[in-house]
Amino acid sequence: MTTLTLSKAINEGLRKALEDDPKVVVMGEDVGQLGGVFRVTDGLQKDFGESRVVDTPLAESGIVGTAIGLALRGYRPVCEIQFDGFVFPAFDQIVSQLAKMRMRSQGRAAVPVTIRIPFGGGIGAVEHHSESPEALFAHTAGLRVVACSGPADAYTMIQQSIHCDDPVIFFEPKRRYWDKAEVDTAAGLAGALPLEAARTVAEGTDVTVLAYGPMVRTCMEAAVAARDDGRALEVIDLRSLSPLDLGAIVASVRRTGRCVVVHEAPVTGGIGAEIAARVTEACFYQLEAPVLRVGGFSTPYPPSRLEDHYLPDLDRVLDAVDRTFAY
Amino acid sequence: MAVDADGAVAAPEPGSLDGHPDPRAELIQLLTPEGERADHPDYPLDLTTDEIKALYRDLVIVRRIDTEAIALQRQGELGIWASLLGQEAAQVGSGRALSPRDMAFPTYREHGVAWCRGLDPTKLLALFRGVSHGGWDPADHNFHLYTIVIGAQTLHATGYAMGIQRDGLVGENGEAAIVYFGDGATSQGDVNEAFIWASVFNAPVVFFCQNNQWAISEPLERQSRIPLYQRASGFGFPGVQVDGNDVFACLAVTRKAMQAARDGQGPTLIEAYTYRMGAHTTTDDPTRYRLASELESWKLKDPVERVKAYLVRTGSADAAFFDEIEAEATQVGRRIRKACLEMPDPAPLSMFENVYAEPTALLREEREQYAAYLDSFVPEEAAQ
Repeated sequence: MTTLTLSKAINEGLRKALEDDPKVVVMGEDVGQLGGVFRVTDGLQKDFGESRVVDTPLAESGIVGTAIGLALRGYRPVCEIQFDGFVFPAFDQIVSQLAKMRMRSQGRAAVPVTIRIPFGGGIGAVEHHSESPEALFAHTAGLRVVACSGPADAYTMIQQSIHCDDPVIFFEPKRRYWDKAEVDTAAGLAGALPLEAARTVAEGTDVTVLAYGPMVRTCMEAAVAARDDGRALEVIDLRSLSPLDLGAIVASVRRTGRCVVVHEAPVTGGIGAEIAARVTEACFYQLEAPVLRVGGFSTPYPPSRLEDHYLPDLDRVLDAVDRTFAY
Repeated sequence: MAVDADGAVAAPEPGSLDGHPDPRAELIQLLTPEGERADHPDYPLDLTTDEIKALYRDLVIVRRIDTEAIALQRQGELGIWASLLGQEAAQVGSGRALSPRDMAFPTYREHGVAWCRGLDPTKLLALFRGVSHGGWDPADHNFHLYTIVIGAQTLHATGYAMGIQRDGLVGENGEAAIVYFGDGATSQGDVNEAFIWASVFNAPVVFFCQNNQWAISEPLERQSRIPLYQRASGFGFPGVQVDGNDVFACLAVTRKAMQAARDGQGPTLIEAYTYRMGAHTTTDDPTRYRLASELESWKLKDPVERVKAYLVRTGSADAAFFDEIEAEATQVGRRIRKACLEMPDPAPLSMFENVYAEPTALLREEREQYAAYLDSFVPEEAAQ
């Protein structure tokens, strides 16, 4: 066991993948010499060379489009999109090409590309640097969409994503990059939780709280605070947003009878909306209250001096929990 | 550039080059529209009579495939068809310049390249019939899937070429990629990004632009104020313009560019100057935006007729040869028509396949539910 920050854990996971498979290529803006603007790829180019850790021209569609070509040639590219709000120039390549290549070829062409995207707010950034576009990708068949919340999962999930024969959009909670935790870098992937599985991170009996990425820590803190009110929150880290681990979600809600979904992204058309529909279908008779969503407002991400109002925090999570008990 | 009294800049007149060089000033041509052989010092080409006859056969057959497909569409057997009429020489010339190990990335109109790569034309019909989105294995003929989003495949080809570099297959015994796109695509960001990537990484890729003068209804002037091949110089690699209706020149120019790419000299942009003699697709009506006289002038430059004229002029082929090719083309037409008519619709539940490497739990559930829904209908015989 070693204590690693989340960014270092991803760095170690990438290093392991580069060591294990000569076909893995890391590519993106500033990922080489600089080691990435968040230093997630720090030192990798020095150790693996410029043809495996590639500083690309400054064009996101080009990054993903050429990664698709490399994948068609048998490589496993790992692209970095520098910030969430910069993924949109690559949206066509991701949605129209990457996601559809397998079906277009009737299963004959695989494009195992991993796209890493630091996402979410809370770092006082300028516009386009704090967004949560995961629902746009989860809506797209053919993509897997995952989000890590802490160092240990980050280390294994990045490797699992690279191993995966499907394209994976890998969201990294940028404001948690500096969170530290114990990581077992000696453990292989064999015993790891599957990439598409949710993880129960706090057991409870009163209400199921579903979160992913940066909101997992917030919800864990909410669970601690709720204990003082005599409420036991069951917090589930979804980890995979597409596919969703509906089995784990439904099993928990059937026990607790209440469900709150928390994400930074706007609630309209979001992951929480999808979960609310699924849970309502599967748990209609067990529900004591409607599924509630806590998330961003239906506004563009506000200037950072307002982000504390926009981003869900412990109190807004607890407020939603209270409201589920008001029914 | 015209500037009026208020200082406003007027758009150039359609068709005018506004002081810019003639777009065809440097057109490489090795066979004139009249079927006379021309020479070019940079593109020597020695073809045997048999090789020329083989090119003629390709041209005739791909035109026949196209004609048959249009007819099938008109008869309701295909949803749509994108005709290659007029672009046969550009496609056959470049297609025959490739080695088996080279990889070709087509748009949705490269039926002639598909033919040269050995892909069964019925695969193309399946796509336009709505039976598949392609479905062939790109590795079988080193011919990638058709790409419909304009220009997206230029990045795939460039990335693939970067893979060739990483495989150490540039240089002696090298490989290269070629990517097809049209004049309209040159306005796309992806195409320009591909030029940049290929340039800075010196990737072994040839950009083959068929400038057929029209992007559906928009003329070349709406895409560019300079000849397209000249764009390459801004990206730092050679650009060459070839008579796209001259199969010899397309062959020679593509061969040279591919060899340069395989040898490690990086990308080339080839602008094959040609003409889309038909509609954009079978849903289009070109009479709404272009004059019949334009088509008439291009008919005089027909890519198939000029090879025939050459063969006749040089006494290289007799009537029996032309009859034989005609008969073979008819045969191909009949075969693909039959295959098209016999092509079954895919099974409904097949749409759930190949979304992911393994179906997700959700897909399995949706599939099962839809299967049960289909089964819930009482068969007609049983209901009677």
